[in-house]
Parts: sequence; structure tokens; C-alpha cells
Amino acid sequence: MTTELILFFSLALIAIITGLGLLISKNAIYAALYLVLNFFTIAIFYLLLGGAFIAMAQVSVYAGAIMVLFLFVIMILGAEKLGKSNTVAWQRPVAIILSIILLIEAGYVLFWRTAPVQAAQTLPDGFGGPASIGNVLLNNYLLPFEITSVLLLVAMIGAIVLTHKQKTDKEV
Amino acid sequence: MIPTTYYIVLSALLFIIGALGVLIRRNAIIIFMAIELMLNAANLAFVAFTRMYGIIDGQVFVFFVMTVAAAEVAVGLALIVAIFRTKHNIDIDQLNNLKG
Repeated sequence: MTTELILFFSLALIAIITGLGLLISKNAIYAALYLVLNFFTIAIFYLLLGGAFIAMAQVSVYAGAIMVLFLFVIMILGAEKLGKSNTVAWQRPVAIILSIILLIEAGYVLFWRTAPVQAAQTLPDGFGGPASIGNVLLNNYLLPFEITSVLLLVAMIGAIVLTHKQKTDKEV
Repeated sequence: MIPTTYYIVLSALLFIIGALGVLIRRNAIIIFMAIELMLNAANLAFVAFTRMYGIIDGQVFVFFVMTVAAAEVAVGLALIVAIFRTKHNIDIDQLNNLKG
């Protein structure tokens, strides 16, 4: 019980610190690396919550594929650092005030408006494994699963079309 | 067993950090990363409620969110590369006219 709580709070601390690191780091590469660490801690949370397959998908898809793509684009553009630009000077204080209001609202809803959360029951064997997820995915969610494949195809074609170098009139 | 409320509070905090990142950063790539952070916060809430009710459907939704995030990142980064080619800048304050 207590070891689980210690693990939770240390991981939560790491997650929030890496999130703030993403927020304030000047260099985009450091921000990407903070985000990788954040994704790893969230994968460990998934393991704690009994989602083994989702945790592995988180590590391989987010921390592996998506962040490698981000780092690749940052390095290809050489856009690690941007100069300061303040076309809208009052934006930062207004953003901070609005997010504090959002935090207060979330705290109000979570602590004063909700019924006490019931204790979780014990989970059946193999809960959250590939077999149980695949079973639900191909029985109850077959149509969304197939639409997902079309979505990925469209995204792939879109990315190729957008980055394809078009011949300008001068080159022809 | 850790109460589900703790996970939801953590998820809310991560979501607010991501929203703040979208609002105060000017680099388009970092804004994309903050959006990923918000999607992850929502996923954490999904998985926490899955554990609480013992129903697997929440994890299936997380799977779908991951797919949509992957598609979004591929198209979004392609857009950023295309914008960088014409403007030589990805500061979103500079991208203020529709005609390229």
C-alpha cells in the first residue's frame, strides 16, 4: 500500500516536472526529450493501472515513433531556437490567469461536486493484455478499427503530398 | 490501491500544463508537443476509469486516440515543413497572412 503510494507520488512528480520542462525550455530539442520522459512515466502509470498492452503501445508509438518524428523535423529545420517575438504583449499574463481559473474549476468539480469514488474491485486474469483488447477491438469496435486504417492511409498520403517539392515555373 | 481521484487530479494537472504550453509558446513544434501532452492526459484519465470500473473499453479508446495522434502528428509536421520552406520561420506570430 505505502510502496504503491510512494511510487505513484514520485512518478507524478516526475511527470509534472517534465511537463513544466516542456513548457519553459528554450531549446526545442530539450523540450522533446522532456516529453519522452513524460511519456515513459505515463506508460508506467498504465502498467500500475493494469493496462499492459496500452503501456507497451505507449512506449513504442509515442516515445518511439512520434517523438523520433518530432526530433527528426526539429533537426531537419534547424529550428531549435527562435528569437523573441511579442506581437501580442498581454498574451502571457492572460494565459496564466486563464489556466489558473481552469485549475480552480477542475479542483472544484473534482473535490466538491463528485461523489466519493468507490474502491476498485479486483480485476480478472489477463485484463488489459493483448488478447482481451483484441477481442473487444474486433468484436465490439470492428467498424471504428477499419475506419482507423483509412485514416492512417489518408494521413500517409497527405504527409507525402504536403512535403513533396513542387516544380515552380522557373524550374520548368 | 491508489484512489482513482489521484490519477484524475494528475491528469487534470498535465492537461492544464499542455493548455498553457499552447497558449504561451510561439514555436509551432512546441505547440504540437503540448497538444500531445494534453492527449496523453486524457488517455491517463481513460485508463484510470477503466481500472475503476473493470471494463476494457476505455483502453480500446486509448488505442484509437493514439492512432489519431499519430496521424495528426504526421500531417502536422508535414505542414510545418511546408510552411518552413516558404516562410523560413515557424514562429506562429509571423504566420499571419493567408496568401503565401
